[in-house]
Amino acid sequence: MATPSPAQLRELALTEEEYQHAVRQLGRVPNQLELGMLGALWSEHCSYKTSRRLLSQLSSKGPQVVVGPGENAGVVDLGDGLLCCFKIESHNHPSAIEPVQGAATGVGGILRDVFAMGARPVALLDALRFGDLTDAAQRHRFAKVVEGVGHYGNCIGVPTVGGETYFDPAYQGNCLVNAMCVGLVTAPRLLHAVARGVGNPVLLVGADTGRDGIHGATFASVQLDEGAEERRPAVQVGNPFLEKCLMEACLELAGSSALVGLQDCGAAGLTSSCAEMARRGGVGIRLDLDQVARRELGMTPYEVMLSESQERMVLVVERGRVEEVRAVFDRWELRSDVVGEVIAAEELQISSSGEMVARLPLPVLVDGFLPRHPASSRPADVVRDLSAPPVTAGVPWTLEEAWLRLLASPNCADASWIYRQYDHQVGDDTVVLPGRDAAVVRLRGRRDGLAITVDGAHRSSLLDPRRGAQLAVAEAVRNLTCLGARPLALTNCLNFGDPDREEVMWQLEEAVAGLAEACRQLALPVVSGNVSLYNDLSGASIPPTPVVGVVGVVDDVHGIPGPGFVAAGDLIYLVGGEGAGLGGSELQRLLGGRVLGPPPELDLELEGRASEAVRQLVTERVARSAHDCSLGGLAVALAECCVEGSLGAVVRLADPPTPPDRGLGLLFGEGSGRYLLSVEPGSGGRMEEVCSAGQVPCFRVGEVGGELVEIVGLAQIPLAAAAEARLKGIAGAMEGPVL
Amino acid sequence: MTWRCGIAVFPGTWSERDCAHWVELAGGEPVMLWHAERQLKGADLVILPGGFAHGDYLRTGAIARFAPLMDAVRDHALAGGPVLGICNGFQILCEAQLLPGALLRNSCLQFRCQSTHLRVEATRGPFLAGLEAGRILEMPISHGEGRYYAPPEQLLELEAHGQVALRYCGPAGELGDEYNPNGSLQHIAGVMNREGNVLGMMPHPERACEPLLGSEDGLHLLRAALALVGAS
Repeated sequence: MATPSPAQLRELALTEEEYQHAVRQLGRVPNQLELGMLGALWSEHCSYKTSRRLLSQLSSKGPQVVVGPGENAGVVDLGDGLLCCFKIESHNHPSAIEPVQGAATGVGGILRDVFAMGARPVALLDALRFGDLTDAAQRHRFAKVVEGVGHYGNCIGVPTVGGETYFDPAYQGNCLVNAMCVGLVTAPRLLHAVARGVGNPVLLVGADTGRDGIHGATFASVQLDEGAEERRPAVQVGNPFLEKCLMEACLELAGSSALVGLQDCGAAGLTSSCAEMARRGGVGIRLDLDQVARRELGMTPYEVMLSESQERMVLVVERGRVEEVRAVFDRWELRSDVVGEVIAAEELQISSSGEMVARLPLPVLVDGFLPRHPASSRPADVVRDLSAPPVTAGVPWTLEEAWLRLLASPNCADASWIYRQYDHQVGDDTVVLPGRDAAVVRLRGRRDGLAITVDGAHRSSLLDPRRGAQLAVAEAVRNLTCLGARPLALTNCLNFGDPDREEVMWQLEEAVAGLAEACRQLALPVVSGNVSLYNDLSGASIPPTPVVGVVGVVDDVHGIPGPGFVAAGDLIYLVGGEGAGLGGSELQRLLGGRVLGPPPELDLELEGRASEAVRQLVTERVARSAHDCSLGGLAVALAECCVEGSLGAVVRLADPPTPPDRGLGLLFGEGSGRYLLSVEPGSGGRMEEVCSAGQVPCFRVGEVGGELVEIVGLAQIPLAAAAEARLKGIAGAMEGPVL
Repeated sequence: MTWRCGIAVFPGTWSERDCAHWVELAGGEPVMLWHAERQLKGADLVILPGGFAHGDYLRTGAIARFAPLMDAVRDHALAGGPVLGICNGFQILCEAQLLPGALLRNSCLQFRCQSTHLRVEATRGPFLAGLEAGRILEMPISHGEGRYYAPPEQLLELEAHGQVALRYCGPAGELGDEYNPNGSLQHIAGVMNREGNVLGMMPHPERACEPLLGSEDGLHLLRAALALVGAS
């Protein structure tokens, strides 16, 4: 084959340098199919060639960790032989092009990652980013993504128990759709995505292989003689019914000794699943493409190897036991075909029509990529913006107006418009439903349960991506703490722009460093993750958006307090840090314009101590309600506690506000590490004792009661007005026309 | 002795395990019934659970009604045996013409998962016999196609024969569009056949079987049925 042209290489996402690197390692010129396979596996998506160096900073160590990054999902030990398996993944680009199917197949993909480990999925969560809902096109995209997430989860019967959504014009061109799945498996049933045992058959099960999802343009389509080849949409279409059957069949087999390894066909289809399974087992795989069931005629080996048709799994089965495995798939009316076998040579050998059409050594295919180290630099305007004071003098609203506007901001408001479209109860195990700081799924036959949350960096990440990532981790920990949960481990999804832009690379470096620091400080091992780069449109990158999913354990799923105040006369305490930063705050977003000023302060040591103290107070049930202060600061958190409990409150803050701030920082500043707790009047002593022992600041700030949410001397709003504002935030915006 | 509750499993069914849990809490013995088989394995009572049988392709319940198992369910129902269809099971019973009417797309055109209040309208048949008329039950719904529809003359007939089993209502039993989550005609949440032994309902009683899950009201239906099976 002649040296491919730069245009041909670009179609494969390979550089000239990478091509030469391939030729050098192979000692020959790769053919078209081989080049396509190399291009796919050396892509950022499969190889993490840009981010891998940074990700090595994240520690996956901890006594609870059973499986760290590198497999389909991370696994932690819950004790008594029960394991929890979880991962988060992005499906940003497909969702921007075709929101329903893009989001749906994102859910389908993360579910397969979890049941590929033998775990039964018990919870789904989503983290979403869109532009402003004042824009009809954004309302459309948002509505359709929610429909897509719901469609897949609802059909397959896995509850979507939580999530977070954030709207900002910066995501106008690039929405983000991250989906997280949590599953449970008993230790003996845990599966690995590995090929072993020379001569063992390799099976492809589930959907037929079609031309759908072959990334961008196929290599074939750049061949002049095949120029008329029809191009298929790059977004796959999901079939949750088929996946439900596939899931049940795979879980039925999870306990069987006939099954050696299981892996889903995700990005780069058969190429990556077979290559990765074989590489992990130190063996090779020979595939006969004539045995692959196809959806359409005339598919080339290239198309078969790189098809991303959904709902397919690859199995390695013990020799001689194929029939008993196939019987399970037959019963679920699923196709299963022996498409290859495990070989001793560490190669991926592909034959078609009796001819060997590709033969690639796995060390080259999987690990032979060129690591990339793009240059990075901190953009000058960030330095300038950071030192600018946040504009609070120019706030045109009274404190009451600002308060109600914040409550009605879709970023703070009631999210039931979203989660009432998700089946969040199937399974009979969702003990704390969506709409709270975190969701809780009970563990059958035990007192304890899983608390799960997903949180992401907001606007302050633009100012300081390192702190943004840390704030995301801190918020996740606070959300679990409010329910009395002990965080166990973390999964992350790094959503960034084009790393070849120096400022994006800087953001990525900073955010990963911040993530690593926060996880180390808060003793959270990182057990799985995903990187989504190139989230750009017309030269504009999204803000750096690390999203973290954290799984924790609540010792007793009974009587977990909520955020809502419980009884008039109860004492309200503000626990934790003080901080009144308005840089990158929700208030600033409402005012429009640039993200300016220093982002909220964060003291990770204090964050850890506060979490300990609050967890103890919640676990002892001293706290009758617990909620953390996040977007919109103390005032928004207080109003939420009131609305949730249908009770007013009177709060006095010690520091007098100074003009021109007027109390804006005090009320709406988003300083980290703060909680609002309420306790019975007689429990104030215990409250103060626990905080003092934990060296955590704790202020008695007021009492529950009345019809007003009042911060004495500053602002007061009627409870009913607060409730109405919260309710209309998203639902009200969605009443407008949808394109 | 423990009464056997057969739980139908079609490809795409997802609340069979929830139903089994519910049956156990009510004191029954759950037995899974595979769609491709033709027998009820000695079940005294049959539950068609929620889910998306056969992907709900074509139309909800339209393919499932042809399952071999449905022949046995029909025989059981026609012989007076208790049959309960929940959510997708209700849709299947309507398609199988064991219950009148049809379930259409929610009037809001969106899936809905939320808690609802239900008013007990009829107190005959195995599932409601133990309850008093007007009693308010709380249980969640979870469906995209739950808007009950029947032609006007059939609707009149249903009301006349006391076949409307449950209606969506407010916390105090009041009727109103604001309490009707899917636009069902006459706020209908559940109907029974004329004999009363076949009940179909969109809400999920199996999700309301423990205080920890927010309600225990779903247990009443099954306990009543099991007591009746025991007495006969």
